[in-house]
Amino acid sequence: MDALTVDRIHFAFTVTFHYLFPQLTMGLGLLIVVLKTLALRTGDAHYDVAARFWGRIFAINFVIGVVTGIPMEFQFGTNWAAFSKAAGGVIGQTLAMEGVLSFFLESTFLGAFLFGEKRLGPRLHWLSAFLVFLGSWLSGLFIIATNAWMQHPVGYALDADGTFRLTSLAALLTNRWAIWQYLHNMTATVITGSVVMAALGAFYLLMHQFEDFGRTFVRLGVIAGLIASLLMIFPTGDSQGRNVALYQPVTLAAMEGLFENQHGAPLAIIGQPDVEARKLDNPILVPDVLSFLTYRRWKAEVHGLLEFPQDQWPDNIPLLYYTYHIMVGLGTIFIGVFALAALLLYRGRLYDTPLMLWALMLMAPFPYIATTAGWMTAELGRQPWLVYGLMRTSAGSSPQVSAGNGLFTLLGFMGLYAVLAVLFLFLVYLEVQRGPGGDSEHQAVEAALAAAD
Amino acid sequence: MLAIYAVLDGFDFGVGIVHLLVARTDAERRALLQSIGPVWDGNEVWLLAGGGTLFFAFPAAYAAGFSGFYLPLMIVLWLLILRGAAVEFRNHITSPVWTPFWDVTFAASSALLALFFGAALGNVIRGVPIDAGGVFFLPLWTNFRIGPNAGVLDWFTITLGIASVAALMMHGALWVAMKTRGDLETRARRIASLAWAAVALLTFALLIIVPLTLPHYSRRYAARPWGLVFPLVALAALAAVMPFSRNKRDGAAFLCSCTYILTMLAAAAFGNYPYLLSAIGDPQGGLTIYNAAASSYGLRVGLVWFIPGVMLATGYFAFAYRHIMEKIDARA
Repeated sequence: MDALTVDRIHFAFTVTFHYLFPQLTMGLGLLIVVLKTLALRTGDAHYDVAARFWGRIFAINFVIGVVTGIPMEFQFGTNWAAFSKAAGGVIGQTLAMEGVLSFFLESTFLGAFLFGEKRLGPRLHWLSAFLVFLGSWLSGLFIIATNAWMQHPVGYALDADGTFRLTSLAALLTNRWAIWQYLHNMTATVITGSVVMAALGAFYLLMHQFEDFGRTFVRLGVIAGLIASLLMIFPTGDSQGRNVALYQPVTLAAMEGLFENQHGAPLAIIGQPDVEARKLDNPILVPDVLSFLTYRRWKAEVHGLLEFPQDQWPDNIPLLYYTYHIMVGLGTIFIGVFALAALLLYRGRLYDTPLMLWALMLMAPFPYIATTAGWMTAELGRQPWLVYGLMRTSAGSSPQVSAGNGLFTLLGFMGLYAVLAVLFLFLVYLEVQRGPGGDSEHQAVEAALAAAD
Repeated sequence: MLAIYAVLDGFDFGVGIVHLLVARTDAERRALLQSIGPVWDGNEVWLLAGGGTLFFAFPAAYAAGFSGFYLPLMIVLWLLILRGAAVEFRNHITSPVWTPFWDVTFAASSALLALFFGAALGNVIRGVPIDAGGVFFLPLWTNFRIGPNAGVLDWFTITLGIASVAALMMHGALWVAMKTRGDLETRARRIASLAWAAVALLTFALLIIVPLTLPHYSRRYAARPWGLVFPLVALAALAAVMPFSRNKRDGAAFLCSCTYILTMLAAAAFGNYPYLLSAIGDPQGGLTIYNAAASSYGLRVGLVWFIPGVMLATGYFAFAYRHIMEKIDARA
């Protein structure tokens, strides 16, 4: 393996593992605010207990998100020094904003939310939950703005020595790509949060444990999940797809496995791209739909891959094609499952339909897969560029870090993250066993302190 | 920003280092963790924010430094991960297998981090073999000597690393003394005074070694002698730690220790100014705050959000620290 390949796998592995955790905390952050609002509105302690329980799950995810997030910021410099030197004046801006404007907010008020319920009183405690949610969503905004600049650079000037100079922070933050990518991504986090909440609720109902909480979790998860999964397709997914068509047409062709130019291009539901033979094997196609989705005209012309020079093709077309189809396929299934569950909920039969509860419970891993596939679509689709159209990925890595050093740290991260994954599953399992209502160690201390006051 | 990080995360590192020495029982160890529990993670954000600020303000220095110190930085990341897991996960389960494992992880990773951060500072002070293209790559160690073929660890950077372990031990022990009562408090004061002796010894040694072995430092101090105020204040603050601690004025002792760390860092920065990374053996080479800076628009617009952002962050910190400011009694 050459150093570039090692650097790419290094970043891909660490960022994929990292993002398993923030996607839950961002979605859950919103749902915890909903629970705290219900508690404040109804005065029912049931919702406070539920919020406290999810706060504990949030905290475990947050810790792993933080400790695996620090390496992300460092890796720009360690493994991608040439890119950092060239683009640091632009993307360093948004990354530093994340640290200063959102992490302080999120970490301080998470402390207040977890440790300060009795001391703060109900309104301030609601406010801490809200500020944790705000901090985590702001941090998402800055990261997406960073990625969106790499996908569709705006607000910069390119100097003679090859460095990018920021010319407008406003343009960077209001990048059309950033706005739709942000909304699409944040909706996905709500789906992850909702699915996990509904799945755990279904598990409790099937186990006949904590059933009153199980019903709350399923109800909230199904309602939020249905809304989010609809928003996922339209308008956020649709608009983001049109951004790709507009700014990265070669990526769109690769995602769809479309080689030839076509009027009335079909949407490929299933098929295997054969890049060598320039065709899609065993296709199941829906005629004209791709043209319509992209240009709102059934017979519009969509450019195929062969229209573009081959050195601008994404370098892994089959993987890009599959990740895109997995994302869209799962997104569609989420709508189906949530719609059915919502119908049963409306009819008042959801809690006594074991088959539906099983489906909800088994859905738990799929939003993680869909989100990972979505991000792989975005990142593989950007190839062969690091900054789209301006800087190639091969020009961005650290010139003096050898493949051997890179492989050493990659293996180190793999080992360490395997340990973290085991710890995570174990600790979440303990919390699930303890269930809502059982106080954690921290909260027991908090209660003892409050009693002593 | 990185200085604030050193003072704030410094005490929770110090708590980690003295963890096994000061706290004997499970209740005591729990109390120690409780004294940093709500704030350690916020303290760590200063590191992230500092790194981010370096990235946007001095992209060339960020790129050269982070890739040049590749292995030590990655090891620091691994240690930060282990330490974070130790602080947060220890108290999830009470068991004779689980808790001691995390206690040792916490202490060991804290001590190693203090050592590495000290050594990192040593590298910045000593300079690195940076070439005309503004890049370098340092192996972890070579022959442990200062020279064109230096490694990250040589006798000078290791000395600074040990000094940093001692200083953070003192800092952490003073924090514990301030935050706890009873046996814990007494033991913390004893450890603090032992660490203090080591810090005093190493500080004197460094104040002699640096001018002797690193001529660029003596040159810059000779050019602007008012900079000597930093090492002098550091010595005064260090001297004041002991009497305050003996008289059980732990808050004042802790503040003196903060002052000591800040002024020592200021002294190091002053001697390096205007360099961010000096080149070994080449007084003209290296990255300065001028040739590594981002565009002036970028810096100006950065300040627009940076200043209010940091003020807000300071506000959150005041809030968090005020809410955990009562003493913790392990016997309760």
